[in-house]
Amino acid sequence: MVKTTKSLDEVTIRFAGDSGDGMQLTGTQFTNTSAIMGNDLSTLPDYPAEIRAPQGTLFGVSGFQIHFGSKEINTPGDQCDVLVAMNAAALKVNLRSLVNGGAIIVNTDGFNDKNLKLAGYEANPLNNDSLSKYQVFQVDITKLTNLALADMNLPQKIVDRTKNFFALGMMYWIYNRSIGSTIEWVNDKFKSKADIAEANIRVLKAGWNFAETTEIFSVRYDVKPASLAPGKYRNITGNQATALGLVAAANKAKLDLFLGSYPITPASDILHDLSMYKQYGVKTFQAEDEIAGVTGAIGASFGGALAVTTTSGPGLALKTEAIGLAVMVELPIVVVNIQRGGPSTGLPTKTEQADLLQAIYGRNGEAPVPVIAASTPGDCFYSVFEASRIALKYMTPVMFLSDGYLGNGSEPWLIPNPESLPDISPKFRTDPNGYLPYLRDEKTLAREWAIPGTPGLEHRIGGLEKEDKTGNVSYDPENHERMVRLRAEKVERIANDIPPAQVEGDEKGDLLVVGWGGTYGAIRTAVEQKRAEGKSVSHLHLHYLNPLQKNVGEILYNFKHVLVAEINLGQLIKVLRAKYLVPAVGLNKIQGLPFKASEIEKKIDEVLGNSK
Amino acid sequence: MSVLVEEILSNVKPADAPAAKPSARDFQSDQDVRWCPGCGDYSILAQTQRILPDLNIPREKMVFISGIGCSSRFPYYMETYGFHGIHGRATAIASGLKMARPDLSIWVITGDGDGLSIGGNHMIHLMRRNIDVNVILFNNQIYGLTKGQYSPTSEKGKVTKSTPLGSIDYPFNPASLALGSSCTFVARSMDRDPKHMQTVLKRAAEHKGTSFVEMYQNCNVFNDGAFFTFTEKESRDENVLYLEHGKPLIFGKEKDKGIHLDGFTPTVVSLKDGKHSVSDLIVHNEKDSTLAFILANMTYQENLPRPIGIFQSLERPTYDAMMTQQIESSIEKRGKGTMEKLLNAGETWTIQ
Ligand code: SF4
Repeated sequence: MVKTTKSLDEVTIRFAGDSGDGMQLTGTQFTNTSAIMGNDLSTLPDYPAEIRAPQGTLFGVSGFQIHFGSKEINTPGDQCDVLVAMNAAALKVNLRSLVNGGAIIVNTDGFNDKNLKLAGYEANPLNNDSLSKYQVFQVDITKLTNLALADMNLPQKIVDRTKNFFALGMMYWIYNRSIGSTIEWVNDKFKSKADIAEANIRVLKAGWNFAETTEIFSVRYDVKPASLAPGKYRNITGNQATALGLVAAANKAKLDLFLGSYPITPASDILHDLSMYKQYGVKTFQAEDEIAGVTGAIGASFGGALAVTTTSGPGLALKTEAIGLAVMVELPIVVVNIQRGGPSTGLPTKTEQADLLQAIYGRNGEAPVPVIAASTPGDCFYSVFEASRIALKYMTPVMFLSDGYLGNGSEPWLIPNPESLPDISPKFRTDPNGYLPYLRDEKTLAREWAIPGTPGLEHRIGGLEKEDKTGNVSYDPENHERMVRLRAEKVERIANDIPPAQVEGDEKGDLLVVGWGGTYGAIRTAVEQKRAEGKSVSHLHLHYLNPLQKNVGEILYNFKHVLVAEINLGQLIKVLRAKYLVPAVGLNKIQGLPFKASEIEKKIDEVLGNSK
Repeated sequence: MSVLVEEILSNVKPADAPAAKPSARDFQSDQDVRWCPGCGDYSILAQTQRILPDLNIPREKMVFISGIGCSSRFPYYMETYGFHGIHGRATAIASGLKMARPDLSIWVITGDGDGLSIGGNHMIHLMRRNIDVNVILFNNQIYGLTKGQYSPTSEKGKVTKSTPLGSIDYPFNPASLALGSSCTFVARSMDRDPKHMQTVLKRAAEHKGTSFVEMYQNCNVFNDGAFFTFTEKESRDENVLYLEHGKPLIFGKEKDKGIHLDGFTPTVVSLKDGKHSVSDLIVHNEKDSTLAFILANMTYQENLPRPIGIFQSLERPTYDAMMTQQIESSIEKRGKGTMEKLLNAGETWTIQ
C-alpha cells in the first residue's frame, strides 16, 4: 500500500505497561535513538515504587514519556500525542495524559478478561465507543512476538520479555528512526547470551516490518533534527550528570573523590555510576546508614578528599546533625539531595521541591549552609561542580538540590571541553609557623585546610563551640556570638563570588515568574508562549538559593507582579518575601508530578488578568 | 592518594627531625585535662601516651577520633591530629578517614554509651568490614557526662536516676558483640592494670584490621567500684583470668585453679585436689575463634573468673586495603581515567 510521510516539529510519546514490561528500557532506547538523530528532547520516567507490582494492576503501571522535536524542547510535554499501552491498566492510568484526538497503540493481548478486571473496566474499551475521541491501533503484540520467535525454542518467560521491543520497532518505523543504535545496544548488553540478543533483535525488526507492511499504519512521520548548538553531544540524565560533575570537580581540584552513601530512591543511581569510576580514583562507600554516609564523608574530608554524600529527603533528615558538625568544624563536603515527594517515606519515585527550607534552615543552632539547585538534567553537571568549588573554597558543607524529575529525566547534553572548567584545587596549609586552626582568609573568611600527615600542624577539631582563631573549646558568651556571626558572614560572602542572576526576557515589566530547580523547562516554555502572545512576562530562575545573588532584589522590584512557581506549598516564596518584602504570589502543585507549561500559562493569565 | 595530597605530603619537611625517639610527653597537648579527679580515664590516657612512641609512627600520621561522652574528650589531650565528633559516629568518621587516607594510624575513643548505644550500628559494621582502625571502648557501665543514667553495659537491676526501681535492660557483653561482628582483634583490659593495658594497646596498634579493646574504666563519681572485684589486690587474683596465647588458663592467688572445658562449657577445676592437672586445662589460642566465643561468654557468669586479655587475633584482608586494590586493578585494566574519556563515554553524536 502507499504510505505517506508527514513532517512534524515535535511529538510526545508515552510508553506504558506493567512494571515488568520493560517500559523504562523501551523509552530509554527511543530517547537515545532520537538524541543521536539530532532531535532536542526531554523525558519523564514515571514508575511505581514497587519493583514488580502484581501484574496487570493499576498501581503496577510504569510509564515513560518522551517529548522530542526539531525545535527547542524544554519539558517532557504536558500531554502525549501517542500512547503505547501494553495492557488495560496502562490505558486506564494514562488515558488522561493523552490529547484529544491522540493515537493509542494497544497490545490487544493485554485486554483479556483478567486484565480488564484488574484495571477496573466493566467492558472492554476496545470494543465499545469509549475511545472514539482517539485513533486506536490494535495490535496483538504478544502473538506477533511469539510468532517471530517460534523456531527459537526459548522459554516463554524470555519471549514475553521481548515484546516491548516489538512496540519499539513499530514506533521506530512510525517515526522514521534508525534501529541501528538499539541493535548495537542489544549486542553489547547480551554479549554472552547470543540467543537472547538474537531474540530481541528479531522482535525489534518484526515490529518495524509489521508497521511497514500491514495496512494499520498508513502514515509515518518525520521529525527533523533540531538546530542545537554545534558540538559533540550525548544523552544524559540528571543523575548521570551529577556523577560526572563530581568526578570532574575532583579532577579539577586534584583531589580524590570520596562518596559515602546509603541506597535511596531516586538518588541511588549516582552511587551506582560513581562506583564504576574506580579508574578515576573514586572511592565509594556504601555505608550502613545515612548517618555513616555523611560522617564517613566528613572523615574523608578531614583527610583531604573531595567528600560527598548523596541522598533523598528522608536521608537528608538523618544527616542533619552531621551537616551541623561540618558547619562547626568548617570542612568541605557536598551534600547531594535528589528530592522526592514527602513527608516521611512519602512518594519515593515521584518528584517534589519540598526540601528547600530543610536545605537552607533545617539544622539545630545557627548553621548556615550554601544551597545550589540544578535546573535541567544537563545542568546538574555544572551545578554540582559549582557546589564543589564553593565547598572547597569556603571550607563549608554545600547542599546541592536536584529532584526525581531531573535525576531520572534526560536531555541531549553538549559535552564540555574539560579545559573550559576552572581549576578549583584547594591550598592546603603546610607551614607550621603561626598556624592556628581557625585563622581565616580575610576575603572569604574560610579557615585553612591542614590535613593529617602534615608535620607541625597537629590540631584538634570538633563539634563543641570553637574559640576564635585557636579553635580550642570555648564556652565564652562573646566568643560564641562572634563565631556564630563569622560562620554566617562567611556564607553570606559567597554572594561576592557568584555571577549575577539573569532574567530571561525583559528586565522590567508586568510580571516576573520566579522558579528554581527542575521547573525551569516548564516555566521557560510558558513564559515564551506568553511573550509570543505579547504579554509582558519575564522569567528568573534561581540556581543559588543560599546565599541569593546580590541583584535578586533589584530584579524583583522591576516588576509589577511576582509569581513564584514551585512544586511545594510555597518555600522559595517565603524566603523572597522575608528578604525583599515583595508581595509575591505563588503557584503551587504537590502531586508528585512536574508542572505542565499550560498550568503556568493559566496562572500567568490569571495574575495579569487580575492586574487590570 | 590524590595528586594534591601526595604532592603536599611529599613536600613537607618532617618537623625538626626529633633528635631522639619521642617520649610520652611529646604526645601531650597543651590543654588541661578536665576529667574528675580519680577518674579511670587518666590512666588510659597515660598508658596510650606511653606506648605511642614505641610504634615508630610519626606523630603527624596519628589521628584520634571520638564521639560524645567523658571519654570522648580524649583527643583534645593528645598532641596528634584529633576529631571530637558527634554522638556515636566516631567509628563512621574514622571509617571515612581511613578509606581516604590508608597511610594514617587511626584510633577511635568511645564509651559504652557512645559506642554501644547510639553508635552501636556503626560499631558492628566497622568491625565486620575490618577497617584498619583501633577502637578503645571505655566501659564504665554508666552515663557519666549526662550525670548518671544506666548504660547498655549496666548490670540488670541497677538503680540510677533513670531507673529508680532498677534497670530491666539486659547488658551487652562488648567482647561477645565484637566477636559476633567478626572483629579480627578483640581484647579486654583495665584502667588499674597499666602494664597489661600497655601490652594490649601495643598489640592492638600493631594489628592490621579493626582492633577492639574493651577497657574497664572506673567512674568514681557515678559508678564507683564497678570493677573493683577485678582490679583490686584483695579480690583480683581469685576473680580474673588472664588470657595468654599458648598458655593454659590458670588463675587464683596460688595459681591453683584452671579452666577446663566440659563439652562446650568452661568450668573451674582445682589443681590441688588431685583430680585435675594442667593438662586438663584449656590452652589459650588467639587464632581459635570458637574458643574466643566460649571465653568471651564467661563474662557475667557468677561462678567463673572474668577473662582479661586478647580473646582473638585473626588475619583477614582489610576493607581499606581491598578498596585501594580495586582502584589499582581498575586503573591497570582500563587505564587511568582522563576527563576526555569520562565526558565522552557512551554514545555520542556531533552536530556541525
Ligand atoms: S563522670 Fe565519671 S567517667 Fe566522667 S570524668 Fe567523672 S569520673 Fe570520669
